[in-house]
Amino acid sequence: MVNARLSARFLPTWWRALALSAVLACAAGAGLANEAAPASADPALEARVMKLSSELRCLVCQNQTIADSHAELAVDLRRQVREMLQAGQSDQQVIDFMTARYGDFVLYRPPFKPLTALLWVGPAVMVVVGLGTLFVVLRRRSRLADAAFEADNADDAPNDPHLS
Amino acid sequence: MKHLRYLVPLGILLVLLYFLRAGLSLNPREVPSPLIGKPAPAFSLARLDQPAVRIAKDDLRGKVWILNVWASWCVACRQEHPLLVAYSKTAQVPIYGLNYKDEPAAGLKWLADFGNPYTASLADRDGRVGIDFGVYGVPETFVIDGEGVIRYKHIGPLTPEVLRDTIDPLLKQLHG
Amino acid sequence: MIPEIGHFSLWLALGIALVMGAVPLAGAQSGRADWMALARPLAYALFFCVALAFGCLVSAFVNHDFSVAYVVSNSNTALPLQYRIAGVWGGHEGSLLLWVQMLALWTVAVALFSRHLPQAVAARILSVMGLVAVGFLLFMLLTSNPFDRLFPAALEGRDLNPLLQDPGMVIHPPMLYMGYVGFSVAFAFAIAALIGGNLDAHWARWTRPWTTVAWVFLTIGIALGSSWAYYELGWGGWWFWDPVENASLMPWLLGTALIHSLAVTEKRNSFKSWTVLLAILAFSFSLLGTFLVRSGVLSSVHAFATDPTRGQFILAFLAVVIGGSFSLYAWRAPDVGIGKRFGLWSKESSLLANNVLLLVAALAVMLGTLYPLVLDALGLGKISVGPPYFDAVFMPLMAPTVFLMGIGPLARWKDAQLPALALRLRWAAGVAVLAALLTGWLAGEVRPVSTLGLVMAFWIMGSVATDLWGRVHPQGTDWAQAGARLRQVPRALAGMMVAHLGIAVFCIGVVMVKTYEVESDVKMAVGDTTTVRGYTFRFDGIKELQGPNYVAAQGQMQVSKDGRPVAELHPEKRIYRVQQNPMTEAAIDAGLTRDLYVSMGEAVDGGAWIVRVYVKPFINWIWGGCLLMALGGLLAISDRRYRRGQGVAP
Repeated sequence: MVNARLSARFLPTWWRALALSAVLACAAGAGLANEAAPASADPALEARVMKLSSELRCLVCQNQTIADSHAELAVDLRRQVREMLQAGQSDQQVIDFMTARYGDFVLYRPPFKPLTALLWVGPAVMVVVGLGTLFVVLRRRSRLADAAFEADNADDAPNDPHLS
Repeated sequence: MKHLRYLVPLGILLVLLYFLRAGLSLNPREVPSPLIGKPAPAFSLARLDQPAVRIAKDDLRGKVWILNVWASWCVACRQEHPLLVAYSKTAQVPIYGLNYKDEPAAGLKWLADFGNPYTASLADRDGRVGIDFGVYGVPETFVIDGEGVIRYKHIGPLTPEVLRDTIDPLLKQLHG
Repeated sequence: MIPEIGHFSLWLALGIALVMGAVPLAGAQSGRADWMALARPLAYALFFCVALAFGCLVSAFVNHDFSVAYVVSNSNTALPLQYRIAGVWGGHEGSLLLWVQMLALWTVAVALFSRHLPQAVAARILSVMGLVAVGFLLFMLLTSNPFDRLFPAALEGRDLNPLLQDPGMVIHPPMLYMGYVGFSVAFAFAIAALIGGNLDAHWARWTRPWTTVAWVFLTIGIALGSSWAYYELGWGGWWFWDPVENASLMPWLLGTALIHSLAVTEKRNSFKSWTVLLAILAFSFSLLGTFLVRSGVLSSVHAFATDPTRGQFILAFLAVVIGGSFSLYAWRAPDVGIGKRFGLWSKESSLLANNVLLLVAALAVMLGTLYPLVLDALGLGKISVGPPYFDAVFMPLMAPTVFLMGIGPLARWKDAQLPALALRLRWAAGVAVLAALLTGWLAGEVRPVSTLGLVMAFWIMGSVATDLWGRVHPQGTDWAQAGARLRQVPRALAGMMVAHLGIAVFCIGVVMVKTYEVESDVKMAVGDTTTVRGYTFRFDGIKELQGPNYVAAQGQMQVSKDGRPVAELHPEKRIYRVQQNPMTEAAIDAGLTRDLYVSMGEAVDGGAWIVRVYVKPFINWIWGGCLLMALGGLLAISDRRYRRGQGVAP
């Protein structure tokens, strides 16, 4: 910082003016390195657009969401989602709009309906059936007499967890 | 019978093979339209050749018509175009074009160069009408009846077989 | 000339494979030692012919032989050497040749390391592998010949897909194929045992190291694919539940189940028919994956150019191999004994529960992958099944599996003694919950689902620590012997601990990145900055670059934290000259606790660019965890008991 008293004594006025404007120019220059503006006008809305778009399938490339795809149709559909959300429509309304035009194919999250019940419920049913069957089989075996099994060898140490 | 459970893997395999085999004759990329049998979306678009004139869906009520989605930048459209031009000469129904996401000047030049089978082409510059019709690839062709209901959609370039085996019989049925 | 030599070699290999598939097998059935003895020399001969063919294709690529159609579609004079070599497996035909090359490699390995097996067993195993080779060679020669000529020869190739022009491409498919094909060894062992009727603990001990090595390769292959997608594709994702990704995950899950099941069979001689079924299933899913990628029944980024004839051939091959195996299984498995006794609550039963959960997980992935096909085939319309479904279904299946991982290793054989076990594990449980809560709090926010995931990860770590503690410092002993006891921990056990720790590390990576990742989508003019999680990114403009076969706009980004420079990042937007598609190359500053990820969007007016900036915490733990898993597997195989060949009289 320029010491005003010192400069007043040793430097002519025009020097001070020049020095001051140089400092101000640097400060302005540094201030010109701005905080970048968000790419979209409304980041919160954009986040909703992207979240919804990440569940919609791009019909052109078909292996990306419309959030990630650069295809023109994807850009257009993102615009459509944005406009609908901006107009206050709900996520479900956007989804209904898309499925009315493109069918369930456009949804990466298959809707739960009778046709997809097996899909959604299947894994849970398989776990229950699988673990249940295992339980039943093991319990049945535990009831068999020793003679039904092979005998343990000498090196089958009975209860030592420290042998693999 | 305790041995039956050992046949389960084989049983499941046979079911799986059946579906995989069926899959070989399907096209996983084709997206069927949910709009078949439903009213076509309402639209009002400017004519490609006369921008001051607009054509709306209701203007076409009372007659069966074909909508063909095309663009000057679309390579596959060039493939079907000669067929469409020939067909338009003998067809009993008007063919309207939907110029999808195109520059009007480019579209008009394309028609001048390669022939114009359309009664009129509509300029869908931003693709919104296309989205309403569920268009995802160009070319696509729709058959729409007198009530304004979509009766058929063909995805991809038209072929003589499609015209002969599907569209013509459908047109006959809609008129008879 | 060279392509013709390659083509001829393949026909020769087919002939050898046919003999190898028939003669030693017949010899084993009829006890003819001279026929059985043919197996090994035939294996070496097969390898020689296949390697020669492979070499011919590599040579055609390296020397720009554009009279070969396959070279034309996958190469270009401007393509750098390493990608010309990788281009060999860049398309369908060449990748099949890679498949067969790997099969020949594994066959030679089995031939070399099977001296301790009874001759009939070794003969059967090599025959089965020969039969698999017959199928693939026939497929190649009849429908997918990599050596087909182009008349007239092209002047220039169409270039390798730019996405594949990356170091990842050089190593990911070979690793993956080593894994897929490696499961054919366990498969061959299983078929040989079913045919010969000698399914026992010895069989399990022989099969185990082969299965583990294949599993290690597959783990590395999948991890490479995932990390490659992450840094190459420019959208920051690392797993998309794409059908081809699923096709690699399913055999991996089954291979993991198989490794654990082999432990039960080896130790207690029980659940043999179940283990055999898993061995058949693991390879069957490898084959299914091959079908899905090349037949066109599913739409995928990875799918090769397809052709209905090819799909039909592989389907027929699947039907013969898997159908034949399952028929053999249905016939022979019921005669297998139930082995030794163990209790309802025991190490054995926890391993089997692990099996059930892993099998269900694989089946769930298959259900989601094939459901659209099933509905379409039944005329019930088209749906899509994507990440929202798989995430919703897979994570809940993994939670109990991971929970069991903490219990199983400490459970006792035959009788787990649950109360004592629970007591031993109370520290691990408590520490897990505390550590999870602490991590969440340090990261800025404690959330229920992520906390659960972290609890699971720390639970495994706690369990491994408890296990190790119990071995190094058992109750009633002093520390003097601890070092010696540590060295005495069998390598197989150490391998298990390391692999399980790998899963814990993987879980932490996944949970942290999914929960705490931050993204900033900004429009940056020259000099603009954006700050994400304390890191300041400054955009310094664009530099135009010329690559060997592309032009690029390279962004100059300076990253600093608290005023101190951290990294200089150069994301690019490339246009490859031949194929003219724009590619985004993300710039990543990788770190142990976070990745800084920047990718360029579009240019906007005024010289500004849309830029996407991410801070991804702990993302490298995902692949670090996979690496640990692989290391654990390698450690396990190096255990002395697998190097000691223990033969048994037939």
